[in-house]
Amino acid sequence: MKLLFEESRSGRKMDYLPEVKTGEARPSDKYARKSSLRLPEISEVDLSRHYTKLMKQTHGVNDGFYPLGSCTMKYNPRVDEVTASLKGFTDIHPLQPKDTVQGAMEVLYKAEKLLCRITGMDAMTFEPAAGAHGEYTGLLLIRKYHQDRNDDKRVNIIVPDSAHGTNPASAAMAGFKVVNIPSDEKGGVDLEALRNAVGEDTAGLMLTNPNTLGLFDPNILEITKIVHEAGGLCYYDGANLNAIMGRVRPGDMGFDCVHLNLHKTFATPHGGGGPGSGPVGCKEFLKPFLPRHEVKEENGSYDFYDPQKTMGQVRSFYGNFLVVVKALTYILALGKEGLKEASGKAVLNANYMMNKLKGSYHVAYDQTCMHEFVLSLEDLKKETGVSAMDIAKGSLDYGIHPPTMYFPLIVHEALMFEPTETENKETIDEAVKIYLELYKKAHEDPEYLHGAPHKCAISRPDETKAAREPVLRYRYDD
Amino acid sequence: MRYIPETKREQEQMLQDIGLNSVDELYSMVPKEVLLKELDIPEGKSEMEVLEDLQKIAGKNLVYDQIYRGAGVYKHYIPAIVSYITSKEEFLTAYTPYQAEISQGVLQSIFEYQTQICELTGLDVSNASVYDGAVAAAEALFMTLERNRDEVLVSDTIDPQTLEVMKTYCESRNVKLTLLKGKDHKTDIEEVRAHLNERTAGLYVESPNYYGLIEDVEELTKLVHENKTKMIEGVDPISLAIYKTPGEMDVDIAVGEGQQLGLPMSFGGPYLGFMTCKKELMRKLPGRIVGETTDHEGRRAYVLTLQAREQHIRREKASSNICSNEALCAMTASVYMAAMGPQGMEKLALSCYNNAHYLQTKLNELGFVRKDEGEFFDEFLTSSPIDAEVLEKKLSERKILSGLKVEDQILWCATEVNTKDKIDELCLALKEVLS
Repeated sequence: MKLLFEESRSGRKMDYLPEVKTGEARPSDKYARKSSLRLPEISEVDLSRHYTKLMKQTHGVNDGFYPLGSCTMKYNPRVDEVTASLKGFTDIHPLQPKDTVQGAMEVLYKAEKLLCRITGMDAMTFEPAAGAHGEYTGLLLIRKYHQDRNDDKRVNIIVPDSAHGTNPASAAMAGFKVVNIPSDEKGGVDLEALRNAVGEDTAGLMLTNPNTLGLFDPNILEITKIVHEAGGLCYYDGANLNAIMGRVRPGDMGFDCVHLNLHKTFATPHGGGGPGSGPVGCKEFLKPFLPRHEVKEENGSYDFYDPQKTMGQVRSFYGNFLVVVKALTYILALGKEGLKEASGKAVLNANYMMNKLKGSYHVAYDQTCMHEFVLSLEDLKKETGVSAMDIAKGSLDYGIHPPTMYFPLIVHEALMFEPTETENKETIDEAVKIYLELYKKAHEDPEYLHGAPHKCAISRPDETKAAREPVLRYRYDD
Repeated sequence: MRYIPETKREQEQMLQDIGLNSVDELYSMVPKEVLLKELDIPEGKSEMEVLEDLQKIAGKNLVYDQIYRGAGVYKHYIPAIVSYITSKEEFLTAYTPYQAEISQGVLQSIFEYQTQICELTGLDVSNASVYDGAVAAAEALFMTLERNRDEVLVSDTIDPQTLEVMKTYCESRNVKLTLLKGKDHKTDIEEVRAHLNERTAGLYVESPNYYGLIEDVEELTKLVHENKTKMIEGVDPISLAIYKTPGEMDVDIAVGEGQQLGLPMSFGGPYLGFMTCKKELMRKLPGRIVGETTDHEGRRAYVLTLQAREQHIRREKASSNICSNEALCAMTASVYMAAMGPQGMEKLALSCYNNAHYLQTKLNELGFVRKDEGEFFDEFLTSSPIDAEVLEKKLSERKILSGLKVEDQILWCATEVNTKDKIDELCLALKEVLS
């Protein structure tokens, strides 16, 4: 496919703006741009066709099954897009007088109240723009809490070895040291290891439950108790909330703060890598440390206020507001029963699919899973030389987005499947058939799979070359 | 509303298949005492009802006919083609393009975005975006850090929101941030000189700055380079069509808020932060980066690259924790810049420049006097002959958003949408308000 720059022709242009009637002045020579601005010169029809071509080489949820583990690629209801395009939301300036943005504040206030009830928290900020940003914000809450009590020794954040990579990265950014602890033989937190790891230096524990193996940790109450007794706080990574919403709440499991991914659990689209939204909820005692711009309601009118001991800001203004509008629309539409039904169905779909694959593939931890499950292809690779990557790439030829590969790190040759609740039985049955075919193919013709995919726009790209000789922009011929 | 396709019968069949009678049995691992009996939120609603609810809430916000307020967020005209392209469902519903073979569309669009940002700023490398301009600026500070250089200087003429975010980020990473006092709303070069030392990693300045003034970035860059300190410039992307680029001034890193490139104001977001730098800082850039390579048949292909910097590989040693960024907003910016083209961008910048200067002249006639010296692009401060809050209220009644009260002055802004006719209307309204 040609690049925009290769389709460009000198002098071709569109004219979207009126002529300027206020003058012809320009910046003084001292400050003026000297080099020419080489942006594409292209007509609207060609621009439109360019992106239609790009669109055809992009696989979204509406193109087919997308069981990408830990990413909750569920269907994104279109009414959410409609509400988020209302002029009353898109065409308001963040610094308008407060009496002219009461509706916007109502969105934030309502979404906060609903999400607090769903998570068992007392307050929430929408400032963080994504999950990792939420992690960072949640960890700053923990840091501020200990600082406020002059408890300077608490410098460690405990992270299980099955955690998302963002957990340790966020902890480091928030100024903590990371203590990794191993998982037990059932894939849960090793209680002995946890007991040995906690102490006066423990600031907190970061945990995903269900964890990245898709397993609900039955010891969860004991885990949070151990951390609390040592004086630490418990942080809930909400990446996997889709398994439990409406059924059990992080707040009731002993967590003190939580981040959510509205672009996972609450069905807002991923946009090819954002915009997301990573609100952070907390219990009452952490509320004074939340970022600025919390919303309060008095006699039916809304206002912003800065929490007493606020950490300041982690982003400008109030976060990815329109994403919050979409999530609010989704929650209001589904309601209490709808959310509970969604999580139950997500878990049912995962167990159903796991069960169908189990006869052939090796399930890493063979027990009832939550919304996702992990296969280990270690044995298959030993037998046939076909790796998790080969099977994943093989599925591309069938129009399926592969599961998450090589994660969590504690499972070798891992493939992590999350079918989500919005897929129907036929889709899952069809996917199972395809993965069983691929399994057979691995034994019959491993070479074919090493070379997969065969039917996509490109075959496997040379990633080593991309990193060794980086070409990160188009170069003009001059 | 439900978005679950299965019928009850199918669900029963699936349960039977795995040897269970009910969905609740799947939750047997959850301790009984914490199982929720009932979620305390309202019942669900039909799509029609929810849409009506949200329309009602949106209706409580005032959409102004005219806006003369910027301060970091700007009202611009967005060509109709932009949202048509970016709301294509494939772009909307895809995840981060980990699987290059079925994501060439998204990957190519990011590569094109990176190129456009490089062209706009005159620098070598761009990432695929971060959360917003303020976060981009904060992340840029960390890019300048070296083993023995762990302090950063920041001019107090920058956007206060950006400063807030920088402070939060620096405190958590134990980086010393020194705020430099400006002079007459511009960065004071003597103040910079006085604070440079062997530990100074970087200087951050915005141009145009928060007060709308063009800073002497070239001189500042020369000065800090003598001290082996890196120069970071916060830029206004529209202004770069006519103002000297960071690249032309030897700036090391340029960052900015991309909202102006085709995104509505949306009460603060989603926006995007762009980040670009010289080649030698490439491996310190945080976030996703797309690179060109070839596939096995030698065809051109695009992939996410330089991943050795990132959290999923390096965990606690990563250069940043960013994964989801603002990809669709970056695509929006890319479509917008392509639609406008070089001539359109220049015309846009000159419209902003001339409309703002016309506004300033007209306001001056009405007693709103500009005291600052020095050049401005599309924003400027004036005094006010009446109380700023009264002014705001009176204009608001006429569906006009006044400039923002900053210190004891008003920060005005005009872009291409504030045409001569509109500004003349504003002046008539102001005359009424003042009389």
